Amino acid sequence: MTDLATYNFAYLDEQTKRMIRRAILKAIAIPGYQVPFASREMPMPYGWGTGGVQVTAAVLGPDDTLKVIDQGADDTTNAVSIRAFFQKVANVRVTTKTADATIIQTRHRIPEAQLQAGQILVYQVPIPEPLRFLEPRETETRKMHALEEYGLMHVKLYEDIARHGHIATTYAYPVKVEGRYVMDPSPTPKFDNPKMHMSPALQLFGAGREKRIYAVPPYTEVVSLDFEDHPFEIQTFSQPCALCGAKGSYLDEVILDDKGGSMFVCSDTDFCEDRQAKGHRGALAADTAEAAE
Amino acid sequence: MYVAVKGGEAAIRNAHKLLADRRRGDRDVAPIQLDQIVEQMSLAVDRVMAEGSLYDPELAALAIKQARGDLIEAIFLVRAYRTTLPRFGYTKALETAQMQIERRISATFKDLPGGQLLGPTFDYTHRLLDPELAEDAPIEAPDQREEPEVFTPRVTDILGHDGMIEEDGELPEGAVAGDLTREPLTFPLERDLRLQALARGDEGFLLGLAYSTQRGYARSHPFVGEIRIGEVEVELEVAELDFPLTLGTIRVTECQMVNQFKGSAKQPPQFTRGYGLVFGQSERKAMSMSLCDRALRARELGEDITATAQDEEFVISHSDNVQSTGFVEHLKLPHYVDFQAELDLIRRMRAEHERNRLDGAETKEAAE
Amino acid sequence: MRSDTQIFEGGFSDSVLNAQTVFRALMDAMANPGRIVEVSDLAAPPAPLTSLAASIAATLFDHDATVWCDRAISGSAACTGWLKFHTGLELTGEPADADFALISDVATMPSLESFCRGTSEYPDRSTTLILQIDGFDGADTLVLEGPGIKDSMAFSPSHLPRMFVDQWVANRAAFPRGVDLIFAGKGVLAALPRTTRIKKTEA
Repeated sequence: MTDLATYNFAYLDEQTKRMIRRAILKAIAIPGYQVPFASREMPMPYGWGTGGVQVTAAVLGPDDTLKVIDQGADDTTNAVSIRAFFQKVANVRVTTKTADATIIQTRHRIPEAQLQAGQILVYQVPIPEPLRFLEPRETETRKMHALEEYGLMHVKLYEDIARHGHIATTYAYPVKVEGRYVMDPSPTPKFDNPKMHMSPALQLFGAGREKRIYAVPPYTEVVSLDFEDHPFEIQTFSQPCALCGAKGSYLDEVILDDKGGSMFVCSDTDFCEDRQAKGHRGALAADTAEAAE
Repeated sequence: MYVAVKGGEAAIRNAHKLLADRRRGDRDVAPIQLDQIVEQMSLAVDRVMAEGSLYDPELAALAIKQARGDLIEAIFLVRAYRTTLPRFGYTKALETAQMQIERRISATFKDLPGGQLLGPTFDYTHRLLDPELAEDAPIEAPDQREEPEVFTPRVTDILGHDGMIEEDGELPEGAVAGDLTREPLTFPLERDLRLQALARGDEGFLLGLAYSTQRGYARSHPFVGEIRIGEVEVELEVAELDFPLTLGTIRVTECQMVNQFKGSAKQPPQFTRGYGLVFGQSERKAMSMSLCDRALRARELGEDITATAQDEEFVISHSDNVQSTGFVEHLKLPHYVDFQAELDLIRRMRAEHERNRLDGAETKEAAE
Repeated sequence: MRSDTQIFEGGFSDSVLNAQTVFRALMDAMANPGRIVEVSDLAAPPAPLTSLAASIAATLFDHDATVWCDRAISGSAACTGWLKFHTGLELTGEPADADFALISDVATMPSLESFCRGTSEYPDRSTTLILQIDGFDGADTLVLEGPGIKDSMAFSPSHLPRMFVDQWVANRAAFPRGVDLIFAGKGVLAALPRTTRIKKTEA
C-alpha cells in the first residue's frame, strides 16, 4: 500500500497524453470546433479546472515556465492549488509574470499584457457549448454546428436588445472563429473578447467534465457576435485602478466597509504589481495614501 | 490604505492541517483501522468500489477513512487513482449462472431450481435501534447449510426456454464492449456503454429515477425475476494460453428485472429485461439500475419516450456523482470577475429603469 | 535475428520526454502552418521509415490509432514490426478508415480525397497524413495564408503530392471536413492544417 502513489511526469499516463495530444492537433486544425476527448478523472474535482489541467499536462515539458491565474490573480486559492500540483508532479518552473511564462493556465480572464508569439494560453472551460443554454441536448447542438445553424443565438441576443435596449450578456460572450464556428470563450468577461482576435499566442481550451477540447491558433479571426445597429462593446470603468492608476484594465470591486464604501482594483494582479513597481500609483495605494496623510 | 489579500498558499496549508485534525478527531479515541472499515462498514466499502469502478476493498476503506466517511468524496478518490492505472486487458464476461450464491431471491416463482436463499439481508429485520450493538456483545457464528452446492440457473434462463422472455442478446462477432473511460460518450449510446454508465452511476440518483418509473413516469410493470448476490470468478483470456486464466473472485449483486411488453410489429408479446450488476452487495443499486436500464430501452423497443427516466442523454449525463458534485461545488470558487460584469450590468439597467420611470412621471405631470 | 534487432531497437530513449518534445514541435507546426520546426533525431527505425516520421509515430500512435501505410512501409516486415512494437498501432489497408497515414513516397501516394475527411458533425474524425520528404528547400514555393499565419508564409517542401494545389483547394472547400498534413523532413517538420489557403505558387 505504501508504494501506491507513483505517478508519471505531469501526472497523466502516456496513453492519456497521446489521446489528448491527438485531440489538440485536431482542435488547432479546426479552429473553434469542440473535439470530444476521453477526459479522465483528475485529482481535483470536475468543474475546478480538470480540462485545463489535462491540456496543460499533455503540453507541458521540462523547459516550460508555467503561470496559473484564476480571476486574473495568481494568488487565488484554486490558482495556487493548480500551480502547486504542477510543481509537484512535473517539477516545472513557475512564475507570476505574464511575460516570463511559456504556458499560462487561466480561469475567467485573459491577462492584460499583450501575449507574445510562442506563448500558450490554456483556458479552463466549464460549459464549452455556446448553444447549451438555448438547447440542452448535445445531439441537437452538434447538428446546429454541423449545419452552421446559429440563428437561435442571434435570436437570443436580439431578444436582449428588444427587452433591455442592449445585449445583456456580460461574460462567456459568444464569438465566431474564422467565420465558421460559434465558440464559447469560457466565462471571461466580454472585456477580454477583443484580446482573442488575431492574438499571437496559441489559445487552447479544455473542458474536463464535458469532455471537449478546442483551440484558436495564433493570428486567427475571433469576432464577438453582434448586430449592425447594436455593435459589440466591452465594459468600461468610470475610475482607474485604485492601486496602480491603470485606465482601461478590467477592475474588481473590493468592498471596504459595510456602508457602501468600495474601491476598484485591477483583476490582473501581475499587471497591477508590474505597474506599481514602475512607479504608477492609484488613489488608494499605500504610499499615496500615506503621503496624503 | 488597502492591502490586497495574499497568502493563498498558507491558507491552503493551514486548511489541510485542520482537516487532518478533524479527520482524526479526539486523540483519546482509538483510530479506526482499514480492516475495521473493510469488515464492519462493508456496505460502504461496496458502494465506493461500485461507483468508484475499482474492486479493491482495502483501497476503498482507505478512501472512506481519508474522506471522513463522505462516500462521494471517497468514490472520487478511488476514481482519481483508478484512472492512472495501466490497462492489461479485458476479462471475459462474468458467468453469474456459476455464482457461489449467498443470497438469491425471486419474486416471480415461489420455488425454483436452486431454491430461494435469504442470505445476509436487512429485509424482515425490525428497524429498532439495538442498544446491544453499542456494547461489544459477542456475535454467534451463522448456521451453515449442509447440502452440497446445487446448480442455480438464472430465472431469466428458465423463462427463456419457451420464449416467454426476450433473448439476452449477444454482441456481434468480433464486437468489443465499449468503455466510457477510454472513449468520449456519443449519444445515442449502445446498451453496453449505457449499462457501464449506470453501474458507476450515483445510487441516489438512480434510485429516484427508478422510483419515478414505478409512480407512472414510464411505467414498465416490473417484477424482480431474480436478485442474486455472491462470488463469481473473473477470467482473462491470454493469447499464449488455450484456457482462460482465473484472476480471482469478486462479490457482485445481480438483478434481473422482468417487465411486461405488449409486443410490437416486429416482436410478439413477451417479457423484456432490465439488467443491473453492481460490485459488492447492493440490492438497492442493482434494482434501481435494472429499472433504469429497462426505461432507457424505450427507443430500442419502439416505446414512446415520455418520461425523464427514458431520456438517455438526460439520465446518463447527470448520473455520475463525481461529475455532479464537482460542478455543483465549483460554485464555491471565486467568480468575482463574472459577478463584477453582472453587477455592472444590473446597475446600468437599474439606472435606465429609474430614468425611464422619472421620464414617465414627468410626461404624466406635463399631461396633467 | 537481425530484423528482430531492427524491430525492438531504435525507440525513444526517454519515452516520456521525447514524446513531449516531438509533440510540441508538431503543435507548433500545426498552429503555425508552413513554419519549419527543428526536431533532433530521437528514433532509429528500419528504412524506409525515417527517424522523424518514426518519432511522430511513437508520439501519436497507440492501439487506439488506426494507421494506413503506403506500400514501401507496409511491405517491409521490419517497418510494420517496428511500428507495432513501439506504438501498438492498428494497421489498416483502407485509407478511408485511417486516423493517420504514413507515406514514404509522396509522388505515388493516393489522392487526398481517398482518405477520411470526417463528417460534418465530427470533422475531427479525419485522417492526418504524415509525409516523409527530404526537407523544405524545394524548387516550388507555395505562399500560404490562413489561421496561424500573420500575413503570409512561403513554403517550399521538397516533395508534394501530384496536382497538389488542386487537391488542396478541394480539401479546403470541404471545410470543416478535410485532412491535415504533416511534412516530416530530415530533422525538420512542418504542417498544413485544413484551414490553410494557398494564395499563389511561385517557381
